[in-house]
Amino acid sequence: MYVAVKGGERAIENAHRLLAHKRRGDQGITEISLDQISEQLGLAVDRVMSEGSLYDRELAALAIKQARGDLIEAIFLVRAFRATLPRFGTSEPVDTGAMRVQRRVSATFKDIPGGQILGPTFDYTHRLLDPSLAEGFVPEAPATTEASTAPTPRVTDILGRDGLIESSPEAEEGASVGDLTREPLNFPADRDLRLQNLARGDEGFLLAMGYSTQRGYGRNHPFVGEIRFGEVEVEFAAEDVGFAVPLGAIELTECQMVNQFKGSATEAPCFTRGYGLAFGQSERKTMSMALVDRALRARELGEEALAPAQDEEFVMSHSDNVQATGFVEHLKLPHYVDFQSELGLLRKLRKEFAEANTPDAMKEAAE
Amino acid sequence: MAVLAHAEAGEIAARLRDLALPAHQDLRAPESGLVMLRSRVGGDGAPFNLGEATVSRAAVRLASGEVGFGYTLGRDGEKARLIALCDALVQSRDFGAALERDVIAPLREQLMVRRKRAAEETAATKVDFYTMVRGEG
Repeated sequence: MYVAVKGGERAIENAHRLLAHKRRGDQGITEISLDQISEQLGLAVDRVMSEGSLYDRELAALAIKQARGDLIEAIFLVRAFRATLPRFGTSEPVDTGAMRVQRRVSATFKDIPGGQILGPTFDYTHRLLDPSLAEGFVPEAPATTEASTAPTPRVTDILGRDGLIESSPEAEEGASVGDLTREPLNFPADRDLRLQNLARGDEGFLLAMGYSTQRGYGRNHPFVGEIRFGEVEVEFAAEDVGFAVPLGAIELTECQMVNQFKGSATEAPCFTRGYGLAFGQSERKTMSMALVDRALRARELGEEALAPAQDEEFVMSHSDNVQATGFVEHLKLPHYVDFQSELGLLRKLRKEFAEANTPDAMKEAAE
Repeated sequence: MAVLAHAEAGEIAARLRDLALPAHQDLRAPESGLVMLRSRVGGDGAPFNLGEATVSRAAVRLASGEVGFGYTLGRDGEKARLIALCDALVQSRDFGAALERDVIAPLREQLMVRRKRAAEETAATKVDFYTMVRGEG
């Protein structure tokens, strides 16, 4: 247990001064701007927004700068900031089917209405370090071609029409939507809470959990039905206005994972689904999220739930990197009182051990 | 009006400068807060809470009585105030047409140009995959 300590104020103040100095680095080198972080380290900003659970590019860039590029520290800063603002309300659900897609691929169907669009992707790069990026790199202007006005429906909607894939769960009449920023987590948790938890969960943790399902710990035979990235419009039913007002657009990545079938005596077999959604361009995150979402549906789908990724209490209790880092990192704060009592106990045990093992005592015991 | 949320505060202000603005006052001073962004399971199912966004809002009243509301993503309170002002102006018989002509239409045009450009860049990355027949080896 951590017990409050006194003293050290001067040293703490000086340590923070030194931190500020180190953060700035060599002052002969140009200071990095928030615009530079937002524009050139955009995927780091996306991750901090997703896991900080706050869509605001400028704030996420500031957090990354303040945290010296430590993204979990940056996420922590964003979460702390969010707690200082009042909440005006809740948006209308966004329509990812109406997304202005900048990228959209399906690993299950070659020919999808609206086409497969690679967009800005690391896929198919050779992962060779590029020395030309080191300095003064000017990229070629992007290629352009006439854009189609054909709609780009979600692939799962197309499959769904034939009943080949389960449909999304409908909201129950009058059911409220869970919000784990308002109510403490209880188990079993419904899918709305699970998805909220996964959406703000640590990418590395979800990646490992998703990977574990692929390696056999809760296998569910996934295919990427679709990944799409782009802009969606946000609307907010403002009380003072009396109708839904447009707030602007946000960038989202959505992953529809299609998994092996379920069926029963009364229901024809169909593909099952896992869902991933995150702020910005966050493909690894949404793919992992979709794998874990599907794994967490084990009980609902009548599967044996033996693997860690299928255990919602395990997954949801350990997915949040702010909680996790708080508990792990608090170990380095002074624990002197606790440790003193442990030390006292250990000394006593060692004394008893030594007494039991003196030559006289040994001899007595032997007799 | 949706076009205003997509514009920068500076762009709206620059367009409004061309109008002889009527007297107006803040009904609600600009303030920033959060809106919980909601999505749907599978894209089309039951709603869930995805995460929050910063939002700014303001309300403005013209001397002639029209009340306008401004809401926008982000923490730019001035932008919310400008949107509120535009919302009030668009309801006014004297300024509605001018606002549409001098402010909203050009900003919409600018937004469409930007979106068209982005769509053309995206379209150039459209791909056709050919399926290879799996060999025995």
